[in-house]
Amino acid sequence: MYPFTYSRATDVADAVRDKAGHDGSAYIGGGTNLIDLMKMNVEQPAHLTNVAKLPLSKIEDLPDGGLRLGATATNSDTAWNEQVKQRYPLLNQAILAGASPQLRNAATNGGNLMQRTRCYYFYDIATPCNKREPGSGCSAIGGYNRIHAILGASEACIATHPSDMCVALAALAPTVRVSGPNGERTIAFEDFHRLPGEQPEFDNTLAEGELITSLDLPEKGFAKHFAYLKLRDRHSYAFALVSVAVGLEMDGDTITEARLALGGVAHKPWRDKSAEEMLKGQPATAETFGRVAAHVVANGVGQGSNDFKIELARRAIVRALKQAAEGQQEAGDVYLGGQ
Amino acid sequence: MSQLLTSTPYSGGVPAPVPTGPVRLHINGETRTLQLAPWTSLLDALREYAGLTGTKKGCDHGQCGACTVLVNGRRINSCLTLAVMHEDDDITTIEGLGSEDNLSPLQQAFVDHDAFQCGYCTPGQICSAQGLLNEGHAHSEAEIKELMSGNLCRCGAYVGILDAVKEVVDKESSEVRA
Amino acid sequence: MTQTNHIGKGPNRVDGPLKVSGAAHYSGEFNVPDLAYGYVVSSPIAKGKILKIHADEVRALPGVLEVFSHENVPYLAWFDKSYKDQIAPGGSPFRPLHEPDITFNQQPIALVVADTFELARYAAALLRIDYEQDEHETNLETKRAAGFVPGKGKTGFQPPPPPRGNPDKALKNATHSIEAEYAHGAQHHNPMELFTTTVEWRGNGKITAYDKTQGVFNVKNYLMGVFGLGKNDVRVVNQFMGGGFGSGLRPQYSVFMAVLAALELKRSVRVTLTRQQMFSIGHRPNTLQLLKMGTNPDGTLASLQHHALHETSQFEDYTENVVNWSGMLYKCENVKLGYQLAKLDIYSPQDMRAPGAASGNVGLEVAMDEMAYAAGLDPLEFRLRNYADRDQNVDKPFSSKKLRECYQQAAAKFGWENRTQEPRSMRANGKLVGMGMGGGVWDATQVKSAAKALISADGQLTVRSATGENGTGTYTIMTQIAAETLGLPLEAVTFELGDTDQPEAPIQGGSWTAASVGTAVKNACDALGEKILKLAQKPADSPLKGAKFDDVEFVNGQLRLRLDHDQAVVLRDVLQTSGETQLEADSSAMPNMVKQNGYSLHSHNVAFAEVEVDEDLGTIKVTRVVSAVAAGRILNQKTARSQVLGSVVWGLGMALMEETVMDHKFGRYVNHNFAEYHIPVNADMPHIDVIFVHEDDDIVNPLGVKGIGEVGMLGVTAAIANAVFHATGKRVRDLPIMLDKLL
Repeated sequence: MYPFTYSRATDVADAVRDKAGHDGSAYIGGGTNLIDLMKMNVEQPAHLTNVAKLPLSKIEDLPDGGLRLGATATNSDTAWNEQVKQRYPLLNQAILAGASPQLRNAATNGGNLMQRTRCYYFYDIATPCNKREPGSGCSAIGGYNRIHAILGASEACIATHPSDMCVALAALAPTVRVSGPNGERTIAFEDFHRLPGEQPEFDNTLAEGELITSLDLPEKGFAKHFAYLKLRDRHSYAFALVSVAVGLEMDGDTITEARLALGGVAHKPWRDKSAEEMLKGQPATAETFGRVAAHVVANGVGQGSNDFKIELARRAIVRALKQAAEGQQEAGDVYLGGQ
Repeated sequence: MSQLLTSTPYSGGVPAPVPTGPVRLHINGETRTLQLAPWTSLLDALREYAGLTGTKKGCDHGQCGACTVLVNGRRINSCLTLAVMHEDDDITTIEGLGSEDNLSPLQQAFVDHDAFQCGYCTPGQICSAQGLLNEGHAHSEAEIKELMSGNLCRCGAYVGILDAVKEVVDKESSEVRA
Repeated sequence: MTQTNHIGKGPNRVDGPLKVSGAAHYSGEFNVPDLAYGYVVSSPIAKGKILKIHADEVRALPGVLEVFSHENVPYLAWFDKSYKDQIAPGGSPFRPLHEPDITFNQQPIALVVADTFELARYAAALLRIDYEQDEHETNLETKRAAGFVPGKGKTGFQPPPPPRGNPDKALKNATHSIEAEYAHGAQHHNPMELFTTTVEWRGNGKITAYDKTQGVFNVKNYLMGVFGLGKNDVRVVNQFMGGGFGSGLRPQYSVFMAVLAALELKRSVRVTLTRQQMFSIGHRPNTLQLLKMGTNPDGTLASLQHHALHETSQFEDYTENVVNWSGMLYKCENVKLGYQLAKLDIYSPQDMRAPGAASGNVGLEVAMDEMAYAAGLDPLEFRLRNYADRDQNVDKPFSSKKLRECYQQAAAKFGWENRTQEPRSMRANGKLVGMGMGGGVWDATQVKSAAKALISADGQLTVRSATGENGTGTYTIMTQIAAETLGLPLEAVTFELGDTDQPEAPIQGGSWTAASVGTAVKNACDALGEKILKLAQKPADSPLKGAKFDDVEFVNGQLRLRLDHDQAVVLRDVLQTSGETQLEADSSAMPNMVKQNGYSLHSHNVAFAEVEVDEDLGTIKVTRVVSAVAAGRILNQKTARSQVLGSVVWGLGMALMEETVMDHKFGRYVNHNFAEYHIPVNADMPHIDVIFVHEDDDIVNPLGVKGIGEVGMLGVTAAIANAVFHATGKRVRDLPIMLDKLL
């Protein structure tokens, strides 16, 4: 870990100012990913601006019927919030499927969006990685890539975004509010994370110095028909090989609106709007689910050790759609989908 | 065929270490002011600077749970947080839950159910279990297992851990009902 | 009523309160004054040479004390012999910081020492090193044809016995036969505690090393050899070890580094490895196994052939007993066993829980399942038809063997009779259900150990032996043995261990501690008992006048005549009356070779497992495991059960998730952390039942114990793999069985 100076910001303006005033600085919230990466010498900030205690930890109703999730509210507080449980059970379950209770207690909502990939090579400075050192090459291509992307990858990078929470968010489509040196702006969630392309060093579309202040969920929460299905190499405390978030609106057996997003398969939480369109107006049948699932993975590209993910994702989509249509999953204080 | 290479640190130049400053922590009910640089984790602050070695370092990366402590009553991994971030926070470590001669109900249950072997993950397991009790979200066996899964145990004492935590969970919930 | 019969009961661990309160001190927890911190720099390449270490740039940082590397390490021992520890395999042991050559990835190549841990870690990150990189080979697949038969291996290694009968002909003529290859990758011990050594500088060239080790004397002798230290210069201590599983059998480079720095800097030093570096200290080797089996018309084995090939380093021939077990677990007249190594640019493998057996057992027991199906037999019935009453490897009877009872009791508890033989024939909860079984065999070994017993005038007994406690319950069982031998309550006994100032005990491994140290403890207490008797007989009115040692017994705090319990003295009074403040006795214990010579000494087990498989998604949930173990006498029901429970968890991990993946392009393990090297978590736990089948065995050792640390792991992995086949009809022969293999 490289040395750094530290300050604790008192409000958002102070935080933005403090960060702008220090070269090579970074915001730190829960720190659960940043400190990990600093210990690996992957991240080497010269200054940390602590934003964990900013007054952004509230979860409150919005006038448009939506719900505002403060950026510094912890993942646990968010998952266990009564409003979230009742109105956005998909988010409740996705958060609880991720990491461990201890990590969720420290990790913030803003920080969850800022998580970096779990790619083995990104983490290991003994190996080349374009995301860590642009231009050095991608070791995962042709290497061991069990946890890598099958959708939207580039020749420069096949890393995946590791979050569970963000998969549910991709389906729920909140607005990300940010503050920066040039003032406030909002970013649609689907535009927040990016695909690697030629510049895998950029995970998202935040401008220099911008700080996430809240996630504003729209009113529609798909509370009746939803599913979060996470598949991994052990039954808890493991990153997803593939995860699927589904939200449906149903009229009898007919799907009237759908949301579908995948985790563990791409550089960003992978929402497939064309698949959502395909589901609209269709009967909730195995045939429908199979057709849509095949469509989602139709452009999937395996890299060797992750070839199986294409088929796994297809099957997981079918399963999650079925679970959502049947209303099998419920909000709760624990995610037991893995057991 | 051989190839020459040099491992070079990333950034040019060598940043100087940042000096220490006082950090005030309330540990196990006692106010301690430690001289720490920003780069000292809460875990290292406890073990190397405060002399509280009950909290364990198993991976130093939030992947094992051995370093679990309670900060303001909530369980977190002390390895993935900086001590300076906890100025004036209340920190409870295994030493604060009970002592060898005065075990807490969880500690006693761990002994009775043989919920450990080598004992290295145990303080983290117990602090985690205390956090689980404080949270109040685990009732069934399946829920306890899931909510205790942030703590690895290489000896494989999970069955005893489940039994121990369940015993205390059941006792506490029956006390609430009564 | 006898209240001081402790053996076989299930008291709580005597060290439990220390462990649950954070008061047990592990090696990195001796905060001695003026402590400096060392951080190890690891090689980023697998093979090559260090050209230059730019240490001066780092030394310039205020607070950095020194950078040690081959460039500046002082003269150390030259001969291989000085670096050989008690269980070093054949070849030349790795010498840290000795030469510029790099022979494996993550090889420790420098140690940075600084005033604080954080500074040492930072300085290590800054250290620039120039390398010349050579091409490496880390892939066992490339060495299939390059296997060689190792020479004399380490202590305990037995080359496979020569072939018996005519295995090839028998196979050709068999009614049914199978042939299959089995594989598993490297696995790492990953005890929860990182390898750590705190060296306390005591001045004048004297040190105390608080080291994470399974053998304090092994480390002491190594340090004396390498650093030329005298017997009185170095003391090695380990009173609590945060898990070993074999990783601490040999001295690790953490102790070398810490001692080097302390001696050079004349200062106390702590060196702690990182979790990543825990993947550079030895592992269960990547192993390939070929099994061929054939049966006679009656379902007995006609031929059994088992050949294994595993990796080792370029510098040592690491050996373990992989295939030998296949010649003794089942009865078969035509057997051929083969064992080879292949050299790769990796670090030497190292014994890991049930070394060799855990690997070979998977091959054998999955092949047995395949054979049973080929022969149309229930897998349990097939094993019963091939039950071995003698160890055919050595042509001797077993000193005791209740594997049949294990089969019966475990099968009944598990409900094996409810199983339908056809794969994919059982379902529950919308999932495929599978039931499988596997059994195993492990050596019952006793090795030379010593102990000292002291009793003070207040009746407190202290017993010492330099063995270890790494979770196996050593403190507790030794306390039980000592207390029962001298008829005392557990509270009156303190067992002390893990210090080279104590009588020598062997490294703690091979499941031999209970038998070896336990016997020494019993002997020391008996020797002390004789002295107590003599003292008790001194007073003219002693009720024990004229009694021989065999005539008396120690029970309930008294020493009394066996045949007349009223003729008794209170133990505490004996010393007080005599005016003695303390009485002590030393003793050691060796196996009774004469008694043992005619027998094969082994423990056995069987495990039954049930799995549920989601056919669409490939996810596997182990729902139930029943494990039955026949390992002589069980000293402590509670701690023994825990050992077997832990073994089941290990077997589950090996079956479903554990694998250290090598990227051969870099010759480097890629998942070298706890996030990507998965070990089971609580949510993975099935319901587990443990059964101990008692064996009376006075041949193995006077205590009749066989050890249980390893045998419990056998059978489990195969049982799960066989259950997955039963559930799905898919036979997965390369472990771990991750969900993609079932899609």
